[in-house]
Amino acid sequence: MEQKTSAPADKSAVPQSGVGTTGHSWDGIEELNNPLPRWWLWSFYACIVWAVGYWFFYPAIPLVSSYTKGFLGWQSRTQIEIDMAELKDLRSGMTTKIEAAELADIEKNPELLSFARAQGSAAFAVNCAPCHGAGAQGFKGYPNLNDDDWIWGGKAEDILTTIKHGVRWDQDSNSRSGVMPAFGRDGILNRKEMATVADYVLTLSGLPVDKGADLSAGKALYAANCAACHGDAGKGNQEMGAPNLSDKVWLYGSDKAAIMERITIGGGGVMPAWSNRLDTATMKSLAVYVHTLGGGK
Amino acid sequence: MSVPTSTSFDPHTDEPDLPLYEARKQIYPQSVAGTYRRIKWIILAVTLGIYYVLPFIRWDRGPNAPNQAVLIDMPHRRAYFFFIEIWPQEVYYLTGLLILAAMALFLMNALAGRIWCGYLCPQTVWTDLFMAIERLIEGDRRERMQRDAGPFTVEVFALKLLKHTFWLLIAWWTGGAWVLYFDDAPTLVMQLLTFQGSATAYISIFVLTFTTYTFAGLMREQICLYACPWPRIQAALTDEHALNVTYRYDRGEQRMSVKKAAALRAAGEPVGDCIDCQQCVAVCPTGVDIRNGPNLGCIQCGLCIDACDDVMTKINRPTRLIAYDTDVNIKRRQSGLPNIFKPIRSRTILYAFVIAAVGGLMAYQLVTRAPSTITVIHDRNPVYVKLSDGRIRNAYTVRIANMLNDPRTYVFNVAGLDHAQVDIIGAEHAAQGELFITVGPDQTRELRVLVTHDLDDKHGAPVALYFEIRDDLDGRRAVGKDFFRTPNTVH
Repeated sequence: MEQKTSAPADKSAVPQSGVGTTGHSWDGIEELNNPLPRWWLWSFYACIVWAVGYWFFYPAIPLVSSYTKGFLGWQSRTQIEIDMAELKDLRSGMTTKIEAAELADIEKNPELLSFARAQGSAAFAVNCAPCHGAGAQGFKGYPNLNDDDWIWGGKAEDILTTIKHGVRWDQDSNSRSGVMPAFGRDGILNRKEMATVADYVLTLSGLPVDKGADLSAGKALYAANCAACHGDAGKGNQEMGAPNLSDKVWLYGSDKAAIMERITIGGGGVMPAWSNRLDTATMKSLAVYVHTLGGGK
Repeated sequence: MSVPTSTSFDPHTDEPDLPLYEARKQIYPQSVAGTYRRIKWIILAVTLGIYYVLPFIRWDRGPNAPNQAVLIDMPHRRAYFFFIEIWPQEVYYLTGLLILAAMALFLMNALAGRIWCGYLCPQTVWTDLFMAIERLIEGDRRERMQRDAGPFTVEVFALKLLKHTFWLLIAWWTGGAWVLYFDDAPTLVMQLLTFQGSATAYISIFVLTFTTYTFAGLMREQICLYACPWPRIQAALTDEHALNVTYRYDRGEQRMSVKKAAALRAAGEPVGDCIDCQQCVAVCPTGVDIRNGPNLGCIQCGLCIDACDDVMTKINRPTRLIAYDTDVNIKRRQSGLPNIFKPIRSRTILYAFVIAAVGGLMAYQLVTRAPSTITVIHDRNPVYVKLSDGRIRNAYTVRIANMLNDPRTYVFNVAGLDHAQVDIIGAEHAAQGELFITVGPDQTRELRVLVTHDLDDKHGAPVALYFEIRDDLDGRRAVGKDFFRTPNTVH
């Protein structure tokens, strides 16, 4: 819309209303020059006074190494602490019950179960998801917690112990421990022997092997080197965290190369102990949450 | 100092003719009696009566639900309106109500102008009430004007104090009634009286007391003139066929005294009926002169019609010199044509259609909605799990809502995949091969459902699963659909 500048401004009163105009004219539409109500002006001043109040009552002006604190001493940090304390207070009824109850009883009580799962889910997202994934789906070397294959035991109590003390965690003397030797790197087995035993391990879960694989030699090597921990039939041993080699779930992969890699370097994953970082109710909720993901024993 | 601008008007050099700000002109509306005043009293009594009494009306919903007829229960996320109960996910009913409210407002406006402003708006209703109290205590227009112009004596102070006290009491009662819609009214009244109500309740009452007192007692027409957006929108929505409170200038002009009019009439000269008595201005709650034509300040309450009718009766002239009329008809009468009324126009048809359509849709939705619902969400991560024996498991979060006011037990069943193993975490019991789930009154229950199957890996398409609940009592069913996926599923 073009503003007309050629025509001289006519500020005379408009006949219909008796009010003068500002002289502005857009396509023949003129702007009346009504005075504003004075109380608008007062409310504008009131807003300014109100705004100035913030300078005195709240943190406002940055100084060289500090800032003006305000009369109220308000801090967002203190505020979040108050909010968190309120929340904790609000939950205290349920957390006390969770602390007192056995894990099995929590799972039998719909109210406790739903609370524990919700709290466990939130704690999982903050503390566990970086390694185990947002949905506990796991990654290579980090177990999937949805399946029914458990390295250190899949009962709720076992899971709680693992959470409390961690896995191969130096700072906790009760941590889950058990280390697979580095058969290749330390020269216990040579390359050919490792390939032979890897072929045999593949057969434990019914996976296909190359033609001409010497399975009887592999079986002998397995019995001498692996069976002590993984068991004669490869069923594993949860006491020392030796995985079951006869099932369909593979932590590091199910091809021959992946198996040979593990035989070569041995070792095992590490998980921190959480007993110093989380309270009892949170850890119990986490145990219930993981146990009820679907794979719990 | 002259700053060149693109406009021909320069605020620095051209002295404005008017002050930038204007003090408020105090309005002293005079009391009036007549048809429209009577309608306004009735509407005032009915609407305020509903507002103050409604929270105390009881409605039996059984032992597990509140018995207040109209209740918005924020902590429990429920809204009750007599036989209707609304859950948070049904908040679209509120959208429907807002559409209906807007369309009703537009339809009213297309038929007879600012009916809302003049009769129904809370600002109008409460202001009317406050003005009535003012009149009772301080007297009518003339008396109040004289008192305010005179010295501020102890008597004047006492009268003003009395008036403001009553205003504050009503304002406080108004704020108090508001909070009763959000909690059990009798209980809350007792809590408030014994100072055991929540801080939220007291703060809400304080805020609403303050706004009611300020808006209806002190601000009054200033809200309509300078705060409310509707007059601006209304001016753009109206048309020449909408009935508006109109000064019939075809009959009123030229204005002159009764005597002069009688003399001219006897001489057979043209005479206007308006005697310029200013009664229409004196009774106006917003202080406008209706004879200047349609204007923003006019809330079309019709009180000037009552005032003018009164005067016309006294001078033996026909009433309704000011009346609900249209511009079209004035023009037609001036050209000797009869009046026309066109309530059925494209816009009124459109508004009525939208009202009927939205209202019908809401009613249909309300009547046919299921009392029990089931929703299924597939685990997103992982989508499937391979178990140690090679079978595939999918996990679902199932939410069953029981919107009835007694506990219900449902038979739960997953169909679509033969020989699938279905496990439910947190289910009570299974009997005769059926899974039973009990959901408390007016509650939802979340279950984790695991479906395990040894589908061969060649399976290409996701398999549809139907999660069904059947009410054990009345046999009503609800079904939620989702899919079973495997590593080889084409997504």
